[in-house]
Amino acid sequence: MTTRMIEVMVGVFVAIGLAALFMLAMKVSNLSDFNQGSGYQISAKFENIGGLKVKSPVTVSGVRVGRVVGISYDSREFNAVVHMQIEDQYNDFPMDTSASIYTAGLLGEQYIALEPGAETEVLKNGDTIDYTQSALVLENIIGQFMVNMTSE
Amino acid sequence: MLNALQHMGHRALGMFERLGRSALFFLQVLISLPSVFLRPRLLIQEIYSVGTLSLLIIMVSGSFVGMVLGLQGYVTLAKFGAAESLGVVVALSLVRELGPVVTALLFAGRAGSALTAEIGLMKATEQLSGMEMMAVDPMKRVIAPRFLAGAFSMPLLVTTFIAVGVLGGYFVGVGLLGIDSGAYWSQIQSKVDFYDDIYNGLIKGVVFGIVVTWIAVFEGYDTVPTSEGVSRSTTRTVVNSSLAVLALDFVLTGLMFGI
Repeated sequence: MTTRMIEVMVGVFVAIGLAALFMLAMKVSNLSDFNQGSGYQISAKFENIGGLKVKSPVTVSGVRVGRVVGISYDSREFNAVVHMQIEDQYNDFPMDTSASIYTAGLLGEQYIALEPGAETEVLKNGDTIDYTQSALVLENIIGQFMVNMTSE
Repeated sequence: MLNALQHMGHRALGMFERLGRSALFFLQVLISLPSVFLRPRLLIQEIYSVGTLSLLIIMVSGSFVGMVLGLQGYVTLAKFGAAESLGVVVALSLVRELGPVVTALLFAGRAGSALTAEIGLMKATEQLSGMEMMAVDPMKRVIAPRFLAGAFSMPLLVTTFIAVGVLGGYFVGVGLLGIDSGAYWSQIQSKVDFYDDIYNGLIKGVVFGIVVTWIAVFEGYDTVPTSEGVSRSTTRTVVNSSLAVLALDFVLTGLMFGI
Protein backbone atom coordinates (compact mmCIF):
# COMPACT_ATOMS: atom_id res chain seq x y z
CA MET A 1 0.00 0.00 0.00
CA THR A 2 1.43 3.35 -1.00
CA THR A 3 1.91 6.17 1.49
CA ARG A 4 -0.65 8.28 -0.34
CA MET A 5 -3.29 5.56 -0.01
CA ILE A 6 -2.58 5.20 3.71
CA GLU A 7 -2.89 8.93 4.23
CA VAL A 8 -6.19 8.99 2.37
CA MET A 9 -7.53 6.14 4.50
CA VAL A 10 -6.46 7.87 7.71
CA GLY A 11 -8.17 11.01 6.46
CA VAL A 12 -11.36 9.05 5.88
CA PHE A 13 -11.12 7.57 9.38
CA VAL A 14 -10.69 10.96 11.03
CA ALA A 15 -13.50 12.41 8.94
CA ILE A 16 -15.87 9.60 9.95
CA GLY A 17 -14.97 10.07 13.63
CA LEU A 18 -15.54 13.82 13.48
CA ALA A 19 -18.76 13.42 11.50
CA ALA A 20 -20.01 11.02 14.18
CA LEU A 21 -19.17 13.57 16.89
CA PHE A 22 -20.97 16.27 14.92
CA MET A 23 -24.01 14.04 14.57
CA LEU A 24 -24.00 13.28 18.31
CA ALA A 25 -23.78 16.97 19.12
CA MET A 26 -26.51 18.09 16.74
CA LYS A 27 -28.90 15.20 16.44
CA VAL A 28 -28.54 13.28 19.71
CA SER A 29 -27.87 15.94 22.33
CA ASN A 30 -29.82 19.10 22.98
CA LEU A 31 -26.89 21.32 22.06
CA SER A 32 -28.64 22.53 18.93
CA ASP A 33 -31.64 24.08 20.67
CA PHE A 34 -29.89 25.31 23.78
CA ASN A 35 -27.83 28.27 22.73
CA GLN A 36 -27.57 30.66 25.60
CA GLY A 37 -27.52 34.37 24.99
CA SER A 38 -30.37 34.56 22.52
CA GLY A 39 -33.63 35.41 24.19
CA TYR A 40 -34.70 37.42 27.22
CA GLN A 41 -35.17 36.40 30.82
CA ILE A 42 -38.27 36.73 32.96
CA SER A 43 -38.95 35.32 36.39
CA ALA A 44 -41.95 34.10 38.35
CA LYS A 45 -42.58 33.30 42.00
CA PHE A 46 -44.28 30.07 42.98
CA GLU A 47 -45.35 28.73 46.35
CA ASN A 48 -44.36 25.24 45.30
CA ILE A 49 -42.56 24.16 42.14
CA GLY A 50 -42.95 20.42 42.63
CA GLY A 51 -40.49 18.56 40.44
CA LEU A 52 -39.60 21.43 38.11
CA LYS A 53 -35.93 21.40 37.05
CA VAL A 54 -33.51 23.66 35.25
CA LYS A 55 -33.96 23.15 31.46
CA SER A 56 -37.62 22.21 31.84
CA PRO A 57 -39.62 23.61 28.92
CA VAL A 58 -41.73 26.77 29.02
CA THR A 59 -44.74 26.54 26.75
CA VAL A 60 -47.59 28.67 25.47
CA SER A 61 -50.62 26.78 24.12
CA GLY A 62 -48.40 23.70 24.09
CA VAL A 63 -45.71 25.31 21.94
CA ARG A 64 -42.26 25.47 23.51
CA VAL A 65 -41.07 29.07 23.63
CA GLY A 66 -38.21 28.83 26.15
CA ARG A 67 -36.58 26.99 29.01
CA VAL A 68 -36.15 27.28 32.75
CA VAL A 69 -32.61 28.55 33.33
CA GLY A 70 -32.51 28.95 37.09
CA ILE A 71 -34.39 28.07 40.26
CA SER A 72 -33.72 29.73 43.62
CA TYR A 73 -35.45 30.24 46.95
CA ASP A 74 -36.46 33.66 48.24
CA SER A 75 -36.06 33.37 52.01
CA ARG A 76 -37.78 36.71 52.70
CA GLU A 77 -41.03 35.95 50.91
CA PHE A 78 -40.82 32.18 51.48
CA ASN A 79 -41.34 31.13 47.91
CA ALA A 80 -39.45 29.74 44.94
CA VAL A 81 -38.19 32.01 42.18
CA VAL A 82 -38.01 30.47 38.71
CA HIS A 83 -35.99 32.22 36.01
CA MET A 84 -37.03 31.47 32.43
CA GLN A 85 -35.34 32.31 29.17
CA ILE A 86 -37.79 33.06 26.38
CA GLU A 87 -36.71 33.10 22.75
CA ASP A 88 -36.49 36.53 21.16
CA GLN A 89 -39.13 35.86 18.51
CA TYR A 90 -41.82 35.53 21.23
CA ASN A 91 -41.50 39.00 22.72
CA ASP A 92 -45.10 40.17 22.97
CA PHE A 93 -46.53 38.60 26.12
CA PRO A 94 -48.76 41.04 28.04
CA MET A 95 -47.77 42.15 31.57
CA ASP A 96 -50.63 40.18 33.14
CA THR A 97 -49.57 36.86 31.65
CA SER A 98 -50.00 34.01 34.13
CA ALA A 99 -47.68 31.06 34.67
CA SER A 100 -48.71 27.61 35.92
CA ILE A 101 -46.75 24.43 36.52
CA TYR A 102 -48.30 21.39 34.86
CA THR A 103 -47.26 17.78 34.44
CA ALA A 104 -46.86 16.20 31.02
CA GLY A 105 -48.76 12.93 31.21
CA LEU A 106 -49.43 11.01 34.40
CA LEU A 107 -45.82 10.45 35.39
CA GLY A 108 -44.15 12.83 32.96
CA GLU A 109 -41.91 15.80 33.45
CA GLN A 110 -43.16 19.09 34.82
CA TYR A 111 -43.20 22.20 32.70
CA ILE A 112 -44.33 25.81 32.88
CA ALA A 113 -47.34 26.87 30.84
CA LEU A 114 -47.80 30.59 30.17
CA GLU A 115 -51.25 32.02 29.51
CA PRO A 116 -51.22 35.46 27.90
CA GLY A 117 -53.37 38.14 29.51
CA ALA A 118 -54.97 41.22 27.99
CA GLU A 119 -52.83 44.23 28.85
CA THR A 120 -51.12 46.24 26.14
CA GLU A 121 -47.79 46.56 27.94
CA VAL A 122 -45.50 43.59 27.23
CA LEU A 123 -43.02 41.62 29.37
CA LYS A 124 -39.39 42.67 28.93
CA ASN A 125 -36.04 41.32 30.09
CA GLY A 126 -35.95 41.10 33.90
CA ASP A 127 -39.70 41.43 34.44
CA THR A 128 -41.61 39.29 36.90
CA ILE A 129 -44.84 37.41 36.30
CA ASP A 130 -47.30 38.19 39.12
CA TYR A 131 -50.03 35.63 38.52
CA THR A 132 -48.78 32.12 39.17
CA GLN A 133 -50.27 28.76 39.98
CA SER A 134 -48.14 26.25 41.88
CA ALA A 135 -47.50 22.66 40.96
CA LEU A 136 -50.10 20.15 42.05
CA VAL A 137 -48.66 17.97 44.78
CA LEU A 138 -50.38 14.61 44.75
CA GLU A 139 -50.07 14.11 48.51
CA ASN A 140 -51.89 17.38 49.23
CA ILE A 141 -54.76 16.46 46.92
CA ILE A 142 -55.09 13.04 48.52
CA GLY A 143 -54.97 14.70 51.94
CA GLN A 144 -57.80 17.12 51.04
CA PHE A 145 -59.77 14.27 49.56
CA MET A 146 -59.40 12.28 52.79
CA VAL A 147 -60.53 15.26 54.90
CA ASN A 148 -63.57 15.73 52.68
CA MET A 149 -64.43 12.06 52.94
CA THR A 150 -64.23 11.96 56.72
CA SER A 151 -66.15 15.21 57.30
CA GLU A 152 -69.23 13.90 55.53
CA MET B 1 4.63 -23.93 54.35
CA LEU B 2 7.56 -21.57 54.29
CA ASN B 3 8.01 -22.35 50.63
CA ALA B 4 4.42 -21.40 49.88
CA LEU B 5 4.86 -18.10 51.74
CA GLN B 6 8.08 -17.40 49.89
CA HIS B 7 6.35 -18.13 46.60
CA MET B 8 3.57 -15.70 47.44
CA GLY B 9 6.04 -13.02 48.48
CA HIS B 10 8.01 -13.52 45.28
CA ARG B 11 4.88 -13.14 43.16
CA ALA B 12 3.79 -10.01 45.04
CA LEU B 13 7.21 -8.39 44.73
CA GLY B 14 7.30 -9.24 41.04
CA MET B 15 3.90 -7.61 40.57
CA PHE B 16 4.96 -4.42 42.28
CA GLU B 17 8.18 -4.37 40.29
CA ARG B 18 6.20 -4.61 37.05
CA LEU B 19 3.88 -1.84 38.21
CA GLY B 20 6.82 0.41 38.99
CA ARG B 21 8.49 -0.37 35.69
CA SER B 22 5.29 0.35 33.77
CA ALA B 23 4.89 3.70 35.54
CA LEU B 24 8.48 4.69 34.68
CA PHE B 25 7.87 3.47 31.13
CA PHE B 26 4.77 5.68 30.93
CA LEU B 27 6.81 8.72 31.98
CA GLN B 28 9.46 7.89 29.38
CA VAL B 29 6.77 7.63 26.70
CA LEU B 30 5.35 11.01 27.71
CA ILE B 31 8.80 12.57 27.55
CA SER B 32 9.47 11.23 24.06
CA LEU B 33 6.03 12.24 22.75
CA PRO B 34 7.07 15.65 21.30
CA SER B 35 9.55 13.96 18.95
CA VAL B 36 6.59 12.30 17.20
CA PHE B 37 5.62 15.61 15.66
CA LEU B 38 8.99 15.83 13.96
CA ARG B 39 8.05 12.75 11.91
CA PRO B 40 4.27 12.93 11.39
CA ARG B 41 4.47 10.27 8.68
CA LEU B 42 5.22 7.59 11.31
CA LEU B 43 2.19 8.71 13.28
CA ILE B 44 -0.09 8.52 10.24
CA GLN B 45 1.18 5.03 9.46
CA GLU B 46 0.31 3.96 13.00
CA ILE B 47 -3.09 5.64 13.03
CA TYR B 48 -3.82 3.66 9.91
CA SER B 49 -2.95 0.30 11.44
CA VAL B 50 -4.46 1.07 14.87
CA GLY B 51 -7.49 3.20 14.01
CA THR B 52 -8.53 2.85 10.38
CA LEU B 53 -8.23 -0.91 10.36
CA SER B 54 -10.36 -1.11 13.54
CA LEU B 55 -13.07 1.05 12.02
CA LEU B 56 -14.96 -1.79 10.34
CA ILE B 57 -15.23 -4.05 13.41
CA ILE B 58 -16.28 -1.03 15.50
CA MET B 59 -19.02 -0.02 13.07
CA VAL B 60 -20.37 -3.56 12.66
CA SER B 61 -20.45 -4.27 16.40
CA GLY B 62 -21.84 -0.80 17.07
CA SER B 63 -24.78 -1.36 14.78
CA PHE B 64 -25.51 -4.77 16.30
CA VAL B 65 -25.28 -3.47 19.87
CA GLY B 66 -27.66 -0.65 18.93
CA MET B 67 -30.10 -3.06 17.31
CA VAL B 68 -30.07 -5.41 20.30
CA LEU B 69 -30.65 -2.46 22.63
CA GLY B 70 -33.56 -1.41 20.43
CA LEU B 71 -35.17 -4.86 20.60
CA GLN B 72 -34.58 -5.42 24.31
CA GLY B 73 -35.56 -1.89 25.26
CA TYR B 74 -38.75 -2.12 23.23
CA VAL B 75 -39.85 -5.40 24.84
CA THR B 76 -39.32 -3.98 28.33
CA LEU B 77 -40.70 -0.49 27.69
CA ALA B 78 -43.80 -1.80 25.90
CA LYS B 79 -44.84 -3.46 29.18
CA PHE B 80 -45.09 -0.03 30.78
CA GLY B 81 -46.64 1.58 27.72
CA ALA B 82 -43.56 3.75 27.29
CA ALA B 83 -42.27 2.37 24.00
CA GLU B 84 -41.87 5.94 22.71
CA SER B 85 -38.94 6.47 25.08
CA LEU B 86 -36.95 3.77 23.29
CA GLY B 87 -34.62 6.38 21.81
CA VAL B 88 -33.60 7.66 25.24
CA VAL B 89 -32.82 4.15 26.48
CA VAL B 90 -30.72 3.35 23.43
CA ALA B 91 -28.90 6.68 23.28
CA LEU B 92 -28.18 7.10 26.98
CA SER B 93 -26.89 3.58 27.50
CA LEU B 94 -24.69 3.89 24.41
CA VAL B 95 -23.35 7.35 25.18
CA ARG B 96 -22.68 6.81 28.85
CA GLU B 97 -21.54 3.20 29.13
CA LEU B 98 -21.66 0.82 26.22
CA GLY B 99 -20.00 3.09 23.68
CA PRO B 100 -16.74 3.74 25.54
CA VAL B 101 -16.55 0.33 27.27
CA VAL B 102 -17.36 -1.97 24.36
CA THR B 103 -15.18 0.08 22.02
CA ALA B 104 -12.29 -0.17 24.49
CA LEU B 105 -12.72 -3.94 24.84
CA LEU B 106 -12.81 -4.41 21.07
CA PHE B 107 -9.90 -2.02 20.68
CA ALA B 108 -7.86 -4.04 23.20
CA GLY B 109 -8.59 -7.22 21.30
CA ARG B 110 -8.13 -5.83 17.80
CA ALA B 111 -5.42 -3.19 18.10
CA GLY B 112 -3.84 -3.74 21.53
CA SER B 113 -2.91 -7.35 20.90
CA ALA B 114 -1.45 -6.44 17.50
CA LEU B 115 0.67 -3.68 19.06
CA THR B 116 2.02 -6.02 21.72
CA ALA B 117 2.82 -8.78 19.25
CA GLU B 118 4.52 -6.35 16.87
CA ILE B 119 6.71 -4.70 19.50
CA GLY B 120 7.38 -8.02 21.23
CA LEU B 121 8.56 -9.60 17.98
CA MET B 122 10.75 -6.55 17.32
CA LYS B 123 12.36 -7.18 20.68
CA ALA B 124 12.62 -10.95 20.16
CA THR B 125 14.32 -10.50 16.79
CA GLU B 126 16.55 -7.81 18.34
CA GLN B 127 15.37 -5.05 16.06
CA LEU B 128 15.03 -2.75 19.07
CA SER B 129 18.63 -3.42 20.12
CA GLY B 130 19.66 -2.88 16.51
CA MET B 131 18.05 0.55 16.54
CA GLU B 132 19.87 1.45 19.72
CA MET B 133 23.13 0.40 18.07
CA MET B 134 22.39 2.85 15.28
CA ALA B 135 21.73 5.58 17.87
CA VAL B 136 18.02 5.60 17.06
CA ASP B 137 15.96 5.77 20.25
CA PRO B 138 13.32 3.00 19.94
CA MET B 139 11.25 4.92 22.48
CA LYS B 140 10.91 7.82 20.05
CA ARG B 141 10.90 5.83 16.85
CA VAL B 142 8.67 2.85 17.78
CA ILE B 143 6.82 3.34 21.05
CA ALA B 144 5.79 7.00 21.07
CA PRO B 145 4.04 7.06 17.63
CA ARG B 146 2.09 3.89 18.51
CA PHE B 147 1.05 5.28 21.86
CA LEU B 148 -0.10 8.58 20.42
CA ALA B 149 -1.92 6.83 17.57
CA GLY B 150 -3.86 4.67 20.05
CA ALA B 151 -4.77 7.57 22.32
CA PHE B 152 -5.87 9.62 19.30
CA SER B 153 -7.89 6.88 17.59
CA MET B 154 -9.95 5.71 20.57
CA PRO B 155 -12.19 8.80 21.01
CA LEU B 156 -12.88 8.82 17.26
CA LEU B 157 -13.79 5.14 17.37
CA VAL B 158 -16.04 5.78 20.38
CA THR B 159 -17.99 8.52 18.61
CA THR B 160 -18.36 6.30 15.55
CA PHE B 161 -19.56 3.41 17.68
CA ILE B 162 -22.18 5.54 19.44
CA ALA B 163 -23.44 7.18 16.25
CA VAL B 164 -23.74 3.86 14.43
CA GLY B 165 -25.40 2.32 17.51
CA VAL B 166 -28.04 5.06 17.70
CA LEU B 167 -28.75 4.55 14.00
CA GLY B 168 -28.99 0.77 14.59
CA GLY B 169 -31.52 1.38 17.36
CA TYR B 170 -33.40 3.70 15.00
CA PHE B 171 -33.45 1.00 12.33
CA VAL B 172 -34.97 -1.58 14.70
CA GLY B 173 -37.26 0.77 16.63
CA VAL B 174 -38.63 2.84 13.78
CA GLY B 175 -38.09 0.51 10.85
CA LEU B 176 -39.15 -2.82 12.30
CA LEU B 177 -41.20 -2.11 15.44
CA GLY B 178 -43.06 0.93 14.21
CA ILE B 179 -42.17 3.62 16.75
CA ASP B 180 -42.73 7.15 15.51
CA SER B 181 -39.56 8.55 13.95
CA GLY B 182 -40.11 12.03 15.37
CA ALA B 183 -40.68 10.68 18.87
CA TYR B 184 -37.43 8.69 18.68
CA TRP B 185 -35.29 11.76 17.94
CA SER B 186 -37.15 14.31 20.04
CA GLN B 187 -37.08 12.08 23.12
CA ILE B 188 -33.33 11.63 22.64
CA GLN B 189 -32.74 15.34 22.19
CA SER B 190 -34.74 16.30 25.24
CA LYS B 191 -32.96 13.87 27.57
CA VAL B 192 -29.36 13.66 26.33
CA ASP B 193 -27.19 16.56 27.41
CA PHE B 194 -24.04 17.47 25.49
CA TYR B 195 -21.84 18.29 28.46
CA ASP B 196 -23.20 15.83 31.01
CA ASP B 197 -23.47 12.84 28.72
CA ILE B 198 -21.57 13.09 25.45
CA TYR B 199 -18.64 15.04 26.86
CA ASN B 200 -18.25 12.59 29.74
CA GLY B 201 -18.51 9.65 27.37
CA LEU B 202 -15.72 11.17 25.29
CA ILE B 203 -13.54 11.65 28.38
CA LYS B 204 -14.03 7.97 29.13
CA GLY B 205 -12.98 7.17 25.56
CA VAL B 206 -9.77 9.23 25.89
CA VAL B 207 -8.88 7.65 29.25
CA PHE B 208 -9.54 4.11 28.02
CA GLY B 209 -7.53 4.79 24.87
CA ILE B 210 -4.52 5.95 26.89
CA VAL B 211 -4.75 3.03 29.33
CA VAL B 212 -5.23 0.29 26.72
CA THR B 213 -2.43 1.56 24.48
CA TRP B 214 -0.15 2.06 27.48
CA ILE B 215 -0.68 -1.54 28.61
CA ALA B 216 -0.23 -2.83 25.05
CA VAL B 217 3.05 -1.06 24.30
CA PHE B 218 4.40 -1.79 27.79
CA GLU B 219 3.67 -5.51 27.53
CA GLY B 220 5.35 -5.57 24.13
CA TYR B 221 8.40 -3.65 25.30
CA ASP B 222 8.69 -5.65 28.51
CA THR B 223 8.22 -9.07 26.92
CA VAL B 224 10.50 -12.07 27.43
CA PRO B 225 12.18 -12.19 24.00
CA THR B 226 11.09 -15.67 23.00
CA SER B 227 8.14 -16.84 20.96
CA GLU B 228 6.48 -18.13 24.13
CA GLY B 229 7.12 -14.82 25.88
CA VAL B 230 5.50 -12.87 23.05
CA SER B 231 2.42 -15.08 23.10
CA ARG B 232 2.12 -14.63 26.88
CA SER B 233 2.49 -10.87 26.63
CA THR B 234 -0.21 -10.71 23.99
CA THR B 235 -2.61 -12.64 26.21
CA ARG B 236 -1.72 -10.45 29.17
CA THR B 237 -2.41 -7.31 27.14
CA VAL B 238 -5.97 -8.38 26.34
CA VAL B 239 -6.70 -9.65 29.87
CA ASN B 240 -5.12 -6.76 31.74
CA SER B 241 -6.51 -4.00 29.58
CA SER B 242 -10.02 -5.47 29.67
CA LEU B 243 -9.87 -5.63 33.46
CA ALA B 244 -8.41 -2.13 33.66
CA VAL B 245 -11.14 -0.74 31.39
CA LEU B 246 -13.96 -2.31 33.40
CA ALA B 247 -12.53 -1.23 36.75
CA LEU B 248 -11.73 2.29 35.55
CA ASP B 249 -15.22 2.56 34.11
CA PHE B 250 -16.66 2.06 37.57
CA VAL B 251 -14.38 4.73 39.03
CA LEU B 252 -15.06 7.22 36.23
CA THR B 253 -18.82 6.64 36.37
CA GLY B 254 -18.73 7.21 40.12
CA LEU B 255 -16.84 10.47 39.63
CA MET B 256 -19.04 11.71 36.78
CA PHE B 257 -22.57 10.70 37.65
CA GLY B 258 -22.53 9.39 41.20
CA ILE B 259 -21.29 11.51 44.02
